[in-house]
Amino acid sequence: MTTPFYVSPAQAMQDRAEYARKGIARGRSLVVLQYADGIVFVGENPSRALHKFSEIYDRIGFAAAGKYNEYENLRIGGVRYADLRGYTYDRDDVTARGLANVYAQTLGTIFSSAAEKPYEVELVVAEVGATSDGDQIYRLPHDGSIVDEHGSVAVGGSAEQISTFLDQRHREGMSLAEALKLAVQALSNQPNGADREIPADRLEVAVLDRTRPQQRKFKRIVGRQLVRLLEADGAASAPTDAPSDTEESEGGEK
Amino acid sequence: MEANTRSTGRLPAAFLTPGSSSFMDFLGAHSPEMLPGKRALPPVQGAIQAPHGTTIVATTFPGGVVLAGDRRATMGNMIAQRDIEKVFPADEYSAVGIAGTAGLAVEMVKLFQLELEHFEKVEGTQLSLEGKANRLSTMIRSNLGMAMQGLAVVPLFAGYDVDRGRGRIFSYDVTGGRSEEQGFAATGSGSIFARGAMKKLYHGDLTEQQATMLVVQALYDAADDDSATGGPDVARRIYPIVAVITEDGVRKLEAEESSEIARSILERRLEQPDGPRAALL
Repeated sequence: MTTPFYVSPAQAMQDRAEYARKGIARGRSLVVLQYADGIVFVGENPSRALHKFSEIYDRIGFAAAGKYNEYENLRIGGVRYADLRGYTYDRDDVTARGLANVYAQTLGTIFSSAAEKPYEVELVVAEVGATSDGDQIYRLPHDGSIVDEHGSVAVGGSAEQISTFLDQRHREGMSLAEALKLAVQALSNQPNGADREIPADRLEVAVLDRTRPQQRKFKRIVGRQLVRLLEADGAASAPTDAPSDTEESEGGEK
Repeated sequence: MEANTRSTGRLPAAFLTPGSSSFMDFLGAHSPEMLPGKRALPPVQGAIQAPHGTTIVATTFPGGVVLAGDRRATMGNMIAQRDIEKVFPADEYSAVGIAGTAGLAVEMVKLFQLELEHFEKVEGTQLSLEGKANRLSTMIRSNLGMAMQGLAVVPLFAGYDVDRGRGRIFSYDVTGGRSEEQGFAATGSGSIFARGAMKKLYHGDLTEQQATMLVVQALYDAADDDSATGGPDVARRIYPIVAVITEDGVRKLEAEESSEIARSILERRLEQPDGPRAALL
C-alpha cells in the first residue's frame, strides 16, 4: 500500500488557485463600467450564441470570464435563485448583494473542497439603482471572495492591465457612447503597446439602463445601434444619445 | 425560499443542474409545495365562497389584438371588489385576462409571467406564441382538482405572433383544453352577452381604435345583462382595463384613454340604450 505524498494545505490551495487563475487568464477579458444612465458591459466575443453577459433579474446583470460551461451553470443557478426569491417574496427583494453572496458561497465551497475541481471563472454581478449612487458592482474571483467595485471593473486574461487603464480614464457621468468607446479602447490595448482594432461584430455589448421604462432594465445593444454608438462623436453625443426606447429588432429581445 | 438548505449557503444542487428552462419544472423539483397545482384541498361541504372575476373579451384587428376586462369581482350575490384588475401583460408580446376564482387566477398569472420570463432569460430567446399558449394550458390542467370543487380558473390568452405577423386569441376550458379563436372571443359569466355584441359589431378590417371601442361596447353589453359584470363606474372613475398588443408590444391603455372611450359610449347609450344597431340583412 502506498502512502499519499504529503502536501501542505497552503501548497494545495496555492496550486488550486494557480490552476483556476490560469484557466481564467485563457479567456478574453471583459469590462463593466458605470455611465450616466446605468451600467454597460463590454467584451470581445466572436460568438453570437454563447453570451458572456446576461440578465438575471429586473435590475441585475451578470458577466463572466473563464470556462463557458462552468459560468453558464452559475448563471442559470442565479436566474433560478432570483426568480424563486422574487416569486416567494417580492420582485424588490431580489438584490445583487444577496446574489453575490450566494455566488461567493458557492464558489468558495467548491474552491476549498478537495473533492471538486475549482471553477475557472471570475464573475461580475451588477445592479443598477435609481440614481448612479445606487449602482452596485461586485466582482467575484474564483476563490469565493467578493470585491465591491466602483466606476469600472475588468475580469479575464489581462484584467489587471485593463483595470489600470480604466481607472486612469473613467470618470463619473460619462455618456453611453463615451463609456463604450473607453471600454473598447481598454480591451484593444495590448500589453506590448501595439493596439489592435476590434470590429463591432466581434463585440458583445449590453446595458442595464435605468431610464428604460420597462421593469426589466437589461438590454443587449446589437447591430446598427452598436455601430451608431461606436461612431458617435464622443463630445457631441450627450446622454440624449443613450438609446432607451429604440428597440432594435435584431436579437434585442430582452 | 432561501438558497441555503445547508449551513454552507452555497446554491443547492438543483439550482446548478443543467436541463430544463422551465421555472415550473424547477419549482416542481426543488420545492413542489410551492406549485399551485400540488396543493391538496381538504374535503369541504358545498361550494367555497371566494371572489370570482367575471368577463374578459378580446378581438383581433389587422396588426394586432385587443384584450379587455371589466373591473368587478363577485362572491355569490355580493360585489367583492369594484376595481379588480383582470388583464395582465404576460410578457412583451402577450397578455392574459382571467375569469374565475380571483385568488387562484392571480397566482396563476404570476407564475405564468415568471415561466415566460424565466425561459427567455435562460434560453436567450422567447417562446413561440403557441408555446406560451400550451404552457398556460398545462397550468390550467394542474388546477383541475380545485376546479372540480368550484374553484375554476378560465383565462383568455391573446398575443402578437411575431413569426406570423398578426394578433391571435386562445380560449380555454377548465380542463386545460385550448382552442384558437378567429376574430373575437369572450370568457366569464358575461361572455354570452359580450359574444353576441361582438358578433354583430366585428368585421375583418377594424382599426386599432375601432377594436378598442368594440371590446368596451361588448363589456357594456355584458354588464347590461349580467349582474356579475361591472359597467363603467363614472362616479368612482373605474373603467375597463384594455390592453392593445401589436408588433410594438403590449400597451395598457392609460386611465384617461379608457375613460374617454367608456364615457363616449355612455353618452351614446343615453340616447340608444341598446347600443349600435347592426343591419338586418
